[in-house]
Amino acid sequence: MAHHHTTPSLNELVTGVANRLKTAGTGFYLMVFIAAAVVLASAGTGLMAMIKGHEAYYNVYREVPWGVLIATYVFFVVSSTGLCLISSIGHVFGVQDFMPIAKRSVFLSIATILSGFFVIAFEIKLPWRMAIWNVISPNLTSNIWWMGTLYGIYLAFMFAEYIFLLMNKHRPAVICGFSGSVAGIAAHSNLGAVFGLLMGRPYWQGPYMPIYFIASAMMTGCAVILMFHILGYKINKQEMAPDMQRALEVTTKIGILLICVILFFTTWKLIAGAAGQPNGAFPVVQSEVVGHHAFVFWFFEILLGMAGPLVLFILSKGRNLKLMLIASLSMVIGIFVMRFNLVYLGQSLPVYYDLGVNEFKEMLRYSPSVYEWIITAGGFGLTALLFLIGEKVFDGHKVEDH
Amino acid sequence: MNKNIDLNNLQNEGVENVPMQERRDFLKMGLAITGIFAGGTLFSAISTFNSAHASDFAKKYPYKPHYSMVMQQHRCIDCERCMEACVATNHVPQVHGAYRTTILEKETPDAVGGKREFIPILCNQCNLPQCTRVCPTKATYKDKTTGIVLMDIKKCIGCLTCQEGCPYNARYFNEHKKAVDKCNFCWDTRLSKGEKDTACAHACPADVRVFGDLSNQEDRVFKIVHQIERPVWVLRPEAGTRPNVFYTKG
Repeated sequence: MAHHHTTPSLNELVTGVANRLKTAGTGFYLMVFIAAAVVLASAGTGLMAMIKGHEAYYNVYREVPWGVLIATYVFFVVSSTGLCLISSIGHVFGVQDFMPIAKRSVFLSIATILSGFFVIAFEIKLPWRMAIWNVISPNLTSNIWWMGTLYGIYLAFMFAEYIFLLMNKHRPAVICGFSGSVAGIAAHSNLGAVFGLLMGRPYWQGPYMPIYFIASAMMTGCAVILMFHILGYKINKQEMAPDMQRALEVTTKIGILLICVILFFTTWKLIAGAAGQPNGAFPVVQSEVVGHHAFVFWFFEILLGMAGPLVLFILSKGRNLKLMLIASLSMVIGIFVMRFNLVYLGQSLPVYYDLGVNEFKEMLRYSPSVYEWIITAGGFGLTALLFLIGEKVFDGHKVEDH
Repeated sequence: MNKNIDLNNLQNEGVENVPMQERRDFLKMGLAITGIFAGGTLFSAISTFNSAHASDFAKKYPYKPHYSMVMQQHRCIDCERCMEACVATNHVPQVHGAYRTTILEKETPDAVGGKREFIPILCNQCNLPQCTRVCPTKATYKDKTTGIVLMDIKKCIGCLTCQEGCPYNARYFNEHKKAVDKCNFCWDTRLSKGEKDTACAHACPADVRVFGDLSNQEDRVFKIVHQIERPVWVLRPEAGTRPNVFYTKG
């Protein structure tokens, strides 16, 4: 197959973008407006908390210092890593069926990680110090240092990859895509290790977290790829070409497999936390399965996040786009709550629980403040905004023949 | 552009034909990738190997002076003068959740005799601290001379990972200092100025908090920790941080 495109001039590109924006409907502009408003409200709230002191606005406290904003950050970087990994099956590792989803997925992996950074900037108390001291006073034993550094490298590679994809420079795009995947897996497993290597937190502790994070990222990647591709075609009111339909069909199949993998992981995590009633983990698993957190776990994490979508994906046979869209939306909601559960439950057992003192007899509770919810919504708003603008600016992320 | 590879008709070329250099390159790449994945973990494992399994006292207490505290738990009556002295000395803000030391209360309703006991807690100045390992910027670190876990507040980014890592709930975010705050055995407020004990130990009227130097065999803390008549323990030994705050009673 030969190239049969000519490089358009800058003027032609600008005219094309302007035309696509002009012809977009009112609905499109309404969505852009809402997304932008949410991002602005979120940034305003975050800045206010940063200036006046987070403690007045956030419901996190000494014993539960990480709340919904950490969970949101984890959710977005999980999504980004997943988008990168699943899309790399095609354009990096050469599986033809996955090729059509490359461009939009790489673009969205950048959009989602930027959303993650946006939220974490308002979670960390003094983010500007990070920019200085992460560089001149690095702690090489710290997983959070590696996670941050490797995600920075990952973002650079994904940026470069997307630009090469736009320029149709296949070889450098593959090199950047491969490097981005390696950096992404390294960064993401280090994020798992941020939780997994804390000796005083038995629910998290162990090699499970880094492994689970990678598998879970790939599952999430399938959900967001399906969701954004189907939505993208709806927004652009385009007919889906057979090769794109085929790509979504195989993504659905991998999605089914990965849901089964994560259900399997989750099952054993629960059994390991229940059998022999291990100190530190058992009360947490108990509250998760039958206690005060059981509804959130069963309804959101299991039903909306995995079991429901699994059934819908199987029924859709990878071809019923409506079912696939419902399933992937449900998964995104469920997976978001899954991240919240992971972050919250690990902290829910007081470190002095086994000491049997009056102060720490009960499980610790946390529910986000309205300000934390607004900032969380801003993360979703930013992804939505970048997605919508991306559809018009990059013309539905059309894949050139090559 | 893409070569279409016919997977079904590929011949197995066997590995014996792969040149030595290519194998080496492949292995090197594998090692490099593994290194990146393991991140900081390998570093921390190496530092653990060096310091574990020391049996004699000099190795066990590597700092000079090796500051330590023993809580004679049975003597505590919860008068909270230690907490007041700490707040006054170290300017601990009076807001919910802000404290460097506190006293926990434990009730044993079916015990014979006394049914209540008080357990003072503070930073355990661990020999293998989790907080210093997880801090991304070395804003918290173990002092090389005294072994006290200190804060370099200008480096603290407020990620609060140290709070998650600490098995003793010894840390909180101080909005006035704009950094995580914790007990430092009154290093800046007393010890570095020539005082011999901490504010809390000094204020205790019941001789609960015995402060001293574990590297000195004549010191009172050394003698309490190394006698065998009364039980001596540490909190949460399973966290493996080798704390320097000990408890005893009876």
